[in-house]
Amino acid sequence: MTEGFVTAVNGNMVSVNTDGIVTMNEVAYIETGGKSLKSEVIRIRGTSVQVQVYEITKGIRVGDKVRFTNELLSVELGPGLLGQIYDGLQNPLPEIAERAGYFLEPGLYLKALPRDRTWHFTPQAKEGDVLRRGMALGWVPELHFKHIIMLPFDFYGEWTVSTILPEGDYTLDDVIAEVVDARGNARQVRMSFSWPVKRAVDCYVERLKPTEPLVTKTRIIDTFFPVAKGGTYCIPGPFGAGKTVLQQVTSRHAEVDIVIIAACGERAGEVVETLKEFPQIIDPKTGRSLMERTVIICNTSSMPVAAREASVYTAVTIAEYYRQMGLDVLLLADSTSRWAQAMREMSGRLEEIPGEEAFPAYLESVIAAFYERAGIVRLYNGKTGSVTIGGTVSPAGGNFEEPVTQATLKVVGAFHGLSRERSDARKYPAIHPLDSWSKYEGIMPKQAVQYAHSFLERGSEVGAMMKVVGEEGTSLEDYVVYLKSEFLDAVYLQQNSFDPVDAAVSPSRQKHVFKLVLNILASHIAFQDKEDARNFFYELRQTMLDLNGTPEDSDMFDSLYTKVEQALADRKPEFENRGLKAIKALE
Amino acid sequence: MNKIYSRIESIVGNVIAVKAQNVAYGELAQVKTRYGMSLAETIRLDGEMVYLQVFAGGRGVSTGDEVRFLGHPMQVSFSDSLMGRIFDGAGEPRDGGPVLTDNLITIAGPSVNPYKRIIPREMIRTGIPMIDVFNTLVKSQKLPIFSVSGEPYNQLLARIAMQAEVDLIVLGGMGLKYDDYLFFRDTLEQGGALSKTIMFVHTAADPIVECLMVPDISLAVAERFALKGKNVLVLLTDMTNFADALKEIAITQEQVPSNRGYPGDLYSQLAARYEKAVDFSDAGSITILAVTTMPGDDVTHPIPDNTGYITEGQFYLRGGHIEPFGSLSRLKQMVNGKTREDHRSIMDAMIKLFAAYRDTLEKKSMGFQMSAWDRKLLKYGELFEQRMMDLSVNIPLEKALDQCWAILAECFEPRETGLRSDLIQKFWVGGK
Repeated sequence: MTEGFVTAVNGNMVSVNTDGIVTMNEVAYIETGGKSLKSEVIRIRGTSVQVQVYEITKGIRVGDKVRFTNELLSVELGPGLLGQIYDGLQNPLPEIAERAGYFLEPGLYLKALPRDRTWHFTPQAKEGDVLRRGMALGWVPELHFKHIIMLPFDFYGEWTVSTILPEGDYTLDDVIAEVVDARGNARQVRMSFSWPVKRAVDCYVERLKPTEPLVTKTRIIDTFFPVAKGGTYCIPGPFGAGKTVLQQVTSRHAEVDIVIIAACGERAGEVVETLKEFPQIIDPKTGRSLMERTVIICNTSSMPVAAREASVYTAVTIAEYYRQMGLDVLLLADSTSRWAQAMREMSGRLEEIPGEEAFPAYLESVIAAFYERAGIVRLYNGKTGSVTIGGTVSPAGGNFEEPVTQATLKVVGAFHGLSRERSDARKYPAIHPLDSWSKYEGIMPKQAVQYAHSFLERGSEVGAMMKVVGEEGTSLEDYVVYLKSEFLDAVYLQQNSFDPVDAAVSPSRQKHVFKLVLNILASHIAFQDKEDARNFFYELRQTMLDLNGTPEDSDMFDSLYTKVEQALADRKPEFENRGLKAIKALE
Repeated sequence: MNKIYSRIESIVGNVIAVKAQNVAYGELAQVKTRYGMSLAETIRLDGEMVYLQVFAGGRGVSTGDEVRFLGHPMQVSFSDSLMGRIFDGAGEPRDGGPVLTDNLITIAGPSVNPYKRIIPREMIRTGIPMIDVFNTLVKSQKLPIFSVSGEPYNQLLARIAMQAEVDLIVLGGMGLKYDDYLFFRDTLEQGGALSKTIMFVHTAADPIVECLMVPDISLAVAERFALKGKNVLVLLTDMTNFADALKEIAITQEQVPSNRGYPGDLYSQLAARYEKAVDFSDAGSITILAVTTMPGDDVTHPIPDNTGYITEGQFYLRGGHIEPFGSLSRLKQMVNGKTREDHRSIMDAMIKLFAAYRDTLEKKSMGFQMSAWDRKLLKYGELFEQRMMDLSVNIPLEKALDQCWAILAECFEPRETGLRSDLIQKFWVGGK
């Protein structure tokens, strides 16, 4: 094993002198004051090696011993990941709390998966079977999932099963199978294995085009700016615009098998909400607590900076692992800007030539490589599995022209831009309907969505004009368009995430209500004057808001729905041709 | 141990370098100059060179001055005798009282394990409707007060210190004008709050390095009291001076600046302090209110911008009152569902209407004719400013909610408010 000693300390970067063999990005431990502090090699120049330390560096002295491990930063993959709360280096935080109390103790590292419990293993492969990496040896039940025990991802080539254990209860340390390759090399397989976080898992036949919508149950996303399974999207927005709330709502209601939450350099309080509330919330689809489909990777802003970068990779690697079992996984990263900032800090300490706003020159390629780890893939057994990545971006000053937002926009398939203007007016979710876009197919026909969207565009034009010429200078026709766009915004785009009913809207309900809204948008009504028009739409808005807060399978819902239809019919409207086509497309 | 080094190799700004062995990163040293003794902190090690940041500054330090390493990082004494005392940024008494040396604790300790945190659940009543009704302050919250020079932010802070329901107040002053320091001392003394207050004050005349110490010392002391079961409110003013001190030191250290000269780790530096706000599951809590003056009233300036991303909302203090727009308490949802059933809805409705009022005001100033609706909004806006926003209004939450309904009833028809029908049935003044 290579060893060295500390020669310099500058913030969380430590220089080490060694004459042994060192691998780029390998893990090294700095022995100081009776502790071993984890670090990663980030630059090698002759005998001088720079490492970034995943802990507070206070107390390190020149001359302290450094141990190199010859292993890249890895995570442990196996049954028992679900429901866990890890830090950025996959240390289980509850167990750390048990050992160290209120505070995070530097140098305390624990096994990611429990060693003391057994899993009921059922073999699927037989002796003599030829397997490739990622193929199933058997499975264990993990909560309500069939957790596939796979041939570890670093078993390159073809391996023949020479022995495999019969059905039974085993721990993670038990050898469950032995495999031999063509040259006769034998290797043992356990139920868990490790994989370096910065390498994408690539055990599949091919990557497919993301087409199936990922239902988030947020109307503005599902209807207007949809996300596809295996796709990517980003949520940039100034502070206070509701990025994290939107992510939390998505993590609760999204129709996927598994959700990985990477809280990267953000507030601890927000993670606490998730990790205390999820165990109490029952997922209506499975009847089990939400925590059972969730893994939380949590490296909050006051935790050591270097581990922030690791945390997003730890999260995506776990996501890819479950994808290999044919599951749909959603990774929510909040916030990718903090990760980029961590890179910037380290780049500064390395005295690299800075790029724009002092971000390193490799910022774009690193961001692109991360988002490219999303995707829907066809596995060796013909099944498909997907990883969808949704990342928030916290642009400095709320200005989307900054490097991280721009680098992200280049590589994502949907853009949900949050605006300060909307959040100030308490319009949530504050996704800006005119700036945002999506390249994916959603649950609604394009024609219907485009028709509704045209009102938002025209309404905004009229609104801008009205600011100049005033209400009296606007024609009644224009004014009605404006009212319609406001109406659509208030009753459909905005959604109350604190209301138990309105928080999550199923696709069928979205279609049902959207049809009603389209009917109103498409109608020509002869109003007496602006006052009359405004009162009409305010009345409708009131009823629709009541409707949004009413469960779909109640009589109240039907009666409110009919009330709106009646109010419209009373005015004897004529319908616009384009509107009729849009409504027809919906049916 | 404690070998004395009498040769200083370089002096750049406030940073000196000596050749020394076996020094730990972060270790404290004493520098003896002809102007007296000063503390210094190790901020970089490079081979046998040790770089130290001198608290009293580099001015007047000679290459022949003595440096003695103390073998421990920056510490502060912690005991109940801190109560009612005033110290400077290095932890030395500023009030003429005795120096405290018992029970020394290290400052800037590790972060709290997120798993040991609990969901904030109690509001802190302040008697200020713009806070209690619209942006409720919650125990363990961290909130900045965004303001500009000349606004009465220190007055607001002092008022909150006197009225807020907490056990203990730690006031950290950074780059305070001497008058402001005296203002805090006298106001808290007159209000009878000084005995439950601990002050760490760095004034504008003190050395800049001490400014950097103030938040860490204040929060380390607060943390210990919180662990002993006390609910502590930490008031920091002004964090912009803290960030500027960071910038000054980073630039003299020849670090690559990221944005307008501020160091790339500004976010992490601020977060390390603000994230000390916590509610311990079976002990006390820390709540942080910190004034951040925005240079040029620009919220996109790196200091307010980074702060906004860290804190759980922000109050804007502008034109002598807390602005309804932009001001936000992210944690209010945790508590305002438990106050009164109409709290959330009325809060949203009032703000939406106030936004419409501001639009109308704009139209009016451009000389447009006012419609009937516009006139209603104008009346509403005026009442809102008088009865809610004025900083002198001091009423409990329930009275403030009633006041909201009263204002609505004076100005609007129920359906114009966008409120749900059941709430209107129950609360509309005059019955509808």
